[in-house]
Amino acid sequence: MSLAALFFYLFAGVAVASAFMVIASRNPVHSVLFLILTFVNASGLFILIGAEFLAMLLVVVYVGAVAVLFLFVVMMLDVDFVELRQGFLQYLPVGVLVGLVFLAELVLVFGSWSFGEGVTGAVATVVSDVPNTVQIGRVLYTEYVYFFQAAGLILLVAMIGAIVLTLRHKENVKRQSIPVQNARTKATAMDVVKVPSGKGL
Amino acid sequence: MAIGLGHYLTVAAILFTLGTLGIFLNRKNVIVILMSVELILLAVNINLVAFSVFLGNITGQIFALFVLTVAAAEAAIGLAILVVFYRNRGSIAVEDINTMKG
Repeated sequence: MSLAALFFYLFAGVAVASAFMVIASRNPVHSVLFLILTFVNASGLFILIGAEFLAMLLVVVYVGAVAVLFLFVVMMLDVDFVELRQGFLQYLPVGVLVGLVFLAELVLVFGSWSFGEGVTGAVATVVSDVPNTVQIGRVLYTEYVYFFQAAGLILLVAMIGAIVLTLRHKENVKRQSIPVQNARTKATAMDVVKVPSGKGL
Repeated sequence: MAIGLGHYLTVAAILFTLGTLGIFLNRKNVIVILMSVELILLAVNINLVAFSVFLGNITGQIFALFVLTVAAAEAAIGLAILVVFYRNRGSIAVEDINTMKG
């Protein structure tokens, strides 16, 4: 067995095992950590197959941003997760049934699948000196530039949406308002009172 | 034994099945359901990249990149909705999410 095959089975095995632990572990924090392990191993698979740019992107975006976001939310919400686990086995039979049917269908598809007539002619393993990142950049910024801009817009909308959803203004919180401070004049800030002698206010 | 396209497709199929299984098993916990959706999207990405490399066409990796973008946006919005929901209702159980009578 070659070294590449050995690493493929290592990465694939750990990825599948940790994906199982994501859905099976009792503690959601452990689930998130196993999700991170799955992503790291998937990026290892990507490196093995030759897609280095997406592998790095997977580590940066998923492990660095999405999984940490999950971790924040899980730790922020004070939820009784033991209670949420009640009835876990209730759905086990139907879940396993659906999963097995699904897996069987996928195995049947992959077992009987082959390239079409026109496709096999075009199949050529790209043996070039151009690195993966350069290849992606050459296509992404020319042919798919509008889709690239649309992806940026999607991220912008998601960012604004997340901020708008979670921002809340508390009542009765005193804040400094510089325009209000600057708008104060002597007339609004001071009140001259004539105090009659011997009477007080 | 050389590692071919079928190996990668098998790994992706197993990950996809585990994701759907997670949605079925954790019917009460929204966070684990969101994580299962991430697993499913990861399986789709593995499929796209495997086909892209073995067909010698870079377009699959471009598409995987866009799937990654949408997955990140979806996670951010989903978790924001979850936080707001928890703030209002004090629970994240799926069966409590019935305000819209869906």
